[in-house]
Amino acid sequence: MKTIGSKRLAAVACAGLLALATACGTSSGDGDGGGPKAAEEQGGFTAPDVPMMEELGDMEGEVNILAWPGYAEDGSTDKSIDWVTPFEEKTGCQANVKYFATSDEAIQLMKSGEYDVVSASGDASLRLIAGGDAAPVNTDLLTNYPDIEDFLKDQPWNSVDGQMYGVPHGWGANLLMYNPDVVDPAPTGWSAVFDDASQYAGKVTAYDSPIYIADAALYLMNTQPDLGIKDPYALDEDQLAAAVDLLKKQKANVSEYWSDYLKEVAAFKSGDSVIGTTWQVIASTIGDKVEAFLPDEGSTGWSDTWMISADAPDPNCGYAWMDYITSPEAQAAVAEYFGEAPANTLACDLTSDTSFCDTYHAKDAAYADQIHYWTTPIAQCLDGRTDVTCTDYGDWTTAWTEVKG
Amino acid sequence: MLWLGVAYLGALAALLITSLWTQDDFTGTIQRTWTLDNFRDLFTIDVYRTITLRTIGIAALVTVIDAVLAFPIALYMAKVASPRLQRLLVIAVLMPLWASYLVKAYAWRGMLSADGPLAWVAAPFGLHSPGYGVPAVIITLSYLWLPYMILPVYAGLERVPNSLFEASADLGGGAWTTIRRVVIPMAFPAIVAGSIFTFSLSLGDYIAVKIVGGTSQLLGNVVFDNQGAANNLPFAAAVATVPIVVMLVYLAAARRTGALENL
Amino acid sequence: MSQQMILSSGLRRSLTAVTLVGLVVIYVPLALVLLNSFNTDNTFGWPPESLTLRWWKLAWHSEGARNALWTSIEVAIAATAIALALGTLAAMALRRSRFFGRNVVSLLIILPIALPGIVTGLAFQNGFRTILGVPLSLWTIVIAHATFCIVTVFNNVQARFQRLGVNFEQASMDLGAGRWTTFRLVTFPMLRSALLAGALLSFGLSFDEIVVTTFTASSHDQTLPLWIFQNLFRPNQAPIVNVVAAVLVLLSAIPIYLAQRLSGSTAETMTGAR
Repeated sequence: MKTIGSKRLAAVACAGLLALATACGTSSGDGDGGGPKAAEEQGGFTAPDVPMMEELGDMEGEVNILAWPGYAEDGSTDKSIDWVTPFEEKTGCQANVKYFATSDEAIQLMKSGEYDVVSASGDASLRLIAGGDAAPVNTDLLTNYPDIEDFLKDQPWNSVDGQMYGVPHGWGANLLMYNPDVVDPAPTGWSAVFDDASQYAGKVTAYDSPIYIADAALYLMNTQPDLGIKDPYALDEDQLAAAVDLLKKQKANVSEYWSDYLKEVAAFKSGDSVIGTTWQVIASTIGDKVEAFLPDEGSTGWSDTWMISADAPDPNCGYAWMDYITSPEAQAAVAEYFGEAPANTLACDLTSDTSFCDTYHAKDAAYADQIHYWTTPIAQCLDGRTDVTCTDYGDWTTAWTEVKG
Repeated sequence: MLWLGVAYLGALAALLITSLWTQDDFTGTIQRTWTLDNFRDLFTIDVYRTITLRTIGIAALVTVIDAVLAFPIALYMAKVASPRLQRLLVIAVLMPLWASYLVKAYAWRGMLSADGPLAWVAAPFGLHSPGYGVPAVIITLSYLWLPYMILPVYAGLERVPNSLFEASADLGGGAWTTIRRVVIPMAFPAIVAGSIFTFSLSLGDYIAVKIVGGTSQLLGNVVFDNQGAANNLPFAAAVATVPIVVMLVYLAAARRTGALENL
Repeated sequence: MSQQMILSSGLRRSLTAVTLVGLVVIYVPLALVLLNSFNTDNTFGWPPESLTLRWWKLAWHSEGARNALWTSIEVAIAATAIALALGTLAAMALRRSRFFGRNVVSLLIILPIALPGIVTGLAFQNGFRTILGVPLSLWTIVIAHATFCIVTVFNNVQARFQRLGVNFEQASMDLGAGRWTTFRLVTFPMLRSALLAGALLSFGLSFDEIVVTTFTASSHDQTLPLWIFQNLFRPNQAPIVNVVAAVLVLLSAIPIYLAQRLSGSTAETMTGAR
């Protein structure tokens, strides 16, 4: 099930190591994700000593790529969707692409040492660094690195002590979408799908995954401060129970939970759903019939990074790939196909839809700051609390089953 | 024999054993310590009972609907149609099996949508589509598994000798009496054989319910969610024992009717 | 035709009507699939605004679909071959013996198909990965498929044995033929059509299987149902899936028709039906 949908869902399958607990879960959403602060947040975490590539040598002739489906398309799905072949032609590196379905799978495959580069999500990246499986990236060797948006660099999920361990690839937010023909006046925030959802009873939709609990927690974080939620991915039992209660109330008004692209597009087009959480790519596909926006209170989302293996058999081709995939041309192709904001915003001039980057807020640092990137909840509270035990992803799964009833 | 013994039963036994293990919440690895915790959760948390009952209810309803629909069609095929037409009808019934399961489920999603073809047709009569939810799941599953019911029942009916019909008529039995007193009892094992398929296929489904089920979920979803994203194989295994037990009971009951010879 | 006479005309008419309605219900969603493969709207908006041949062209050029089709055919052939061998052996072993446990073995063969796919799939995945430590591959799919395909072959062969008895083979042995010669020259020809029917059913079963496959396939082995599953969720790919499905339905008539021709009795072909 390597769908785009489950890719995002799987991006939360982080079962972090103790040393990483804080780092793994640190969300950029607090709006302070600068380099020095990020390093400080990671506490005593020091990365294993893995040598960094000093200078490039000759191409090895091939490169083994581990990627989320949709990140390294070679034309086999659709002939016109192909940015791997131009890479091969340009560098002489034969690209062997393997798709993975979950972050856990990606980590296991990386440990085999057979792969050179991987597209790692926020939860996998630090586990790879801590396990000594990912090498620091010498960004001086990457010609396209300077063009990547600064607000994506030196972030807690892709660097340690100011040393980058990868190149930012792309990111996106979970938005609030509604059908303006039915939903009037326009909603202003997430209360439209939680406390005020009964207005559109039977027409509300929500994301079908335990991680959606974080959306409820984020809402509670803003509306019920006395619950003390500081990070929507760090919930103790009481906080989780509050989020579950909220979701159970919401369920009475929900028409269906969506988990894939096609299902939500069809539901909004046909009018089976009129308001609910979405991705920009879905809203763009439906077109004028709907409006989608990021409410002021912020939202959940994802952010991915290309990393190179510590035991890369083909490091030169690996660097060539990392440089290529962050080039404006490749970034434009990936971003438009996958439906996320490109990290390299020079891509914005090359997208077939000229307003693509505006739609996806690719250059909008303030916008990106509002996103609480998906991370897997673990027993050790990600917000730094030590006096309580937090609920982990297994608890969230059980809770989600109860919500759906 | 060895194949089945080792490959299948071995795997099944291993599954049961896994359900008695526990998962380390922290690293996600399975710890091989014996515990009944998974089963305790399964029996004490209300939501699982609700889901189990819903799943069994849906599977039973789908089976009944399919049996009611399949019987007259199969009877027509076996006893009314000419041999040539019979052959064509068998093909007609079998063909949909080759159209992917997913495509058919999505086709029903389209049919049942608020402004889909069904609502379109029903609107002039003041009716509307049932929308997505449990009724939609029942309709879709009944549709998907109908051929699996028609074929065994047809095969069973074809074996009923024509002379029985004549004998019944000679003894003064009307058409309906003949069907009720002679044909249905003779075809019953075949119906049970078909029901094993419709029942078990419905019991294990988790994809159709995701496509047309609205907000509802079945046992299969619980298994799938726990083994996939949550990576909690032991609990998934524990949940999977529920359909195993249900099916074993069902098969034991079916055996009494001689249905297993009719599969 | 005496066939026509055995039921009263009123009943015959009602049965005809019900069958017609039944066929309409069966084929309307398929017609929708076919129609949607021409629908310009890539998420099947109803009613279609306009029609296009674009999806058929794209599907024709889709390498992913072709590769997945070949994978599916490979898996189905391998699984069917294993099912044929084991199903025949099982039926022969059980043929004369009335040993204790005969029922148990029958039940065992039925079990993989009678238990929900999610149980079988999970059991195999757990068996391969957690217990045996074997990585998932094309072969794990084949093994899993073969296990639930055996029943189709077994049932067909067993039914044939029941009808034929053992006289011919005994005669062959009496005339001095060895076991192998007897099998080759006497048993096998008797079984041929039953084997063919079982093989076709088993092929079909394996070909459209998705649940067990999802659990036993590694991330780079893609059978056609898995490809369909993925592509239904990719932007712009859903109509292509409809084209593939429509083509499959039309093509499936060929093997089914052949199975019917070659196996003689229509009923028997079906007795192994899932």
